Amino acid sequence: MSILVLAEHHDGALAGATAHVVAAAQAIGGDIDVLVAGENVAAVAEAAAKLDGVAKVRLADHAAYAHLLAEPTAALLNELVGDYTHLLAAASTTGKNVLPRVAALKGVSQLSEIIGVESADTFQRPIYAGNAIATVQSGDPLKVITVRTTGFDAAGSLQEGSSADIEAVDLSFTNGADNAQSTFVKETLAQSDRPELGAAKVVISGGRGMGNGENFTLLDGIADRLGAAIGASRAAVDAGFVPNDMQVGQTGKIVAPELYIAVGISGAIQHLAGMKDSKVIVAINKDEEAPIFQVADYGLVADLFEALPELESKL
Amino acid sequence: MKILVAVKRVIDYNVKIRVKPDHSDVDLTNVKMAMNPFCEIAVEEAVRLKDKGVATEIVAVTVGPKAAQEQLRTALALGADRAIHVETDARVESLGAAKALAKVVEAEQPGLVILGKQAIDTDNNQTGQMLAALTGLPQGTFASEVAVEGDKLQVTREIDGGLQTLELTLPAIVTTDLRLNEPRYAKLPDIMKAKKKPMDVKSPSDLGVEVASKVKLLKVEPPAERQGGIKVGSVDELVDKLKNEAKVL
Ligand SMILES: Cc1cc2nc3c(=O)[nH]c(=O)nc-3n(C[C@H](O)[C@H](O)[C@H](O)COP(=O)(O)OP(=O)(O)OC[C@H]3O[C@@H](n4cnc5c(N)ncnc54)[C@H](O)[C@@H]3O)c2cc1C
Ligand SMILES: Nc1ncnc2c1ncn2[C@@H]1O[C@H](COP(=O)(O)O)[C@@H](O)[C@H]1O
Repeated sequence: MSILVLAEHHDGALAGATAHVVAAAQAIGGDIDVLVAGENVAAVAEAAAKLDGVAKVRLADHAAYAHLLAEPTAALLNELVGDYTHLLAAASTTGKNVLPRVAALKGVSQLSEIIGVESADTFQRPIYAGNAIATVQSGDPLKVITVRTTGFDAAGSLQEGSSADIEAVDLSFTNGADNAQSTFVKETLAQSDRPELGAAKVVISGGRGMGNGENFTLLDGIADRLGAAIGASRAAVDAGFVPNDMQVGQTGKIVAPELYIAVGISGAIQHLAGMKDSKVIVAINKDEEAPIFQVADYGLVADLFEALPELESKL
Repeated sequence: MKILVAVKRVIDYNVKIRVKPDHSDVDLTNVKMAMNPFCEIAVEEAVRLKDKGVATEIVAVTVGPKAAQEQLRTALALGADRAIHVETDARVESLGAAKALAKVVEAEQPGLVILGKQAIDTDNNQTGQMLAALTGLPQGTFASEVAVEGDKLQVTREIDGGLQTLELTLPAIVTTDLRLNEPRYAKLPDIMKAKKKPMDVKSPSDLGVEVASKVKLLKVEPPAERQGGIKVGSVDELVDKLKNEAKVL
């Protein structure tokens, strides 16, 4: 078995998600190489080389991969993946965008968001918004897989001072790696000093019950005290209270922190799909019948406008 | 410009599913079925582009059982002009669907293909990307805004950190995210009219493709149930429980 992992990175730094994907690769077993594709990503490669279990880091540093657009990145992977039995990436918006394209170029299926490894060809993945867990077996010579990072504990780091070899990928095949079909125009990224939703130990999310975007500041003080990330339900995002990248759920981000606090969120199955694997769930809702209470370890039936300031003062 | 819209018949998003007692699959007998919500958004976007004069014809297509014609009729009622049904009783997943859709793209030569980003049954999120690979077209996935400008398409995508805008050459493949639009409901007169709109039925072998999924479904199980928790009477009690019982503070 030989596994290629596509590294996830942001702002020139290796993203935490990659260590979880490497852990999934370790569960499959075999040699693990990590591909770092991007522009000016030498530091990412160095960080990836320090992950436990990584045999080799392959570096494709070129302007064509600056934003990991699907067309050039899939073409690169299509070229490189021939020598491997598995291609893995995080089930991030990058992984989800690129990997199915590679799979189709190779004429194989893709398995989305695995949460468990039974053997080198058999995996567990949630379906129907996590209301069922499927065990699936792939007969394809190449297994193309995205990994739900909450399903695997992060791989550790190598001992201080040691690291895997980094090898530059020969990009001559790409003919300058031109990509006439798709051009990057711009990106508007949310700036926040808070931890990333996917990596935070505590997440506090607001729903439609928050009433408006300004009221989300009621969550800030609590998030500050707990070192929490702030999330939201789809209804809160659709209403324009907060940006889309805060949506937790079936079609948003999947989180599984130590503590999840749902405020003014009813608990639709699509929201539960994104947070019900959290260790401890707290719900604050004024409707005692709200379905969120069925999954909450601690439910507080209260008006959030009274409960939140009091909670902040008591933490 | 012709727009091709792919729609999938799935379980209604409000239904709480049950796993079959023999764990072979999810039980779909007597369960309410509907058009995948992301496909409704895809149809709506096509209709809006036609209203704006950008699109001239909308063709809806599905790959699935006879009953999936219901969803094609819904698409026709919402504003599609004609429909193509690739009929099969096989268990079709994203790659099989993408292969059939690629043949339809080849035959129809649309200027734009719109799909949902994700089917809410398999939660795959693959078909549009695969179709793009098979047709060699550029892809704008998870779109929250699209604008056709001449022979280019500006598409704004919902990505993990925020929003990303790309410019694609047409023809192109777009998959819809939730914020792209709010789909309308079909009106009764339009539902009546839809019954008379043309529907072309083909088999996968007519198209020369195999659509059955090669991924074996070994077993389907219900997820681990969460133990029901308790209600606390006050913020003080909540803080106390989190500190001393759950030990997460
Ligand atoms: C295809 C599809 C995908 C979806 N994906 C997602 C997803 O990824 N994530 C997601 O979250 N949703 C998703 N949804 C939407 C989901 O079905 C629900 O509509 C949504 O989660 C509801 O958000 P909410 O709980 O904030 O709003 P509501 O259901 O309106 O609930 C608001 C809650 O706030 C409470 N409340 C109001 N005022 C107060 C107050 N003063 N104090 C305390 N409580 C108060 C109310 O009692 C109520 O329970 C999806 C839906 C579809 C169809
Ligand atoms: N059998 C199918 N027939 C038509 N369109 C499909 C089919 N399967 C998937 N699609 C399209 O692809 C989108 C994403 O599905 P998936 O990638 O399978 O999660 C759906 O919203 C549809 O637009």
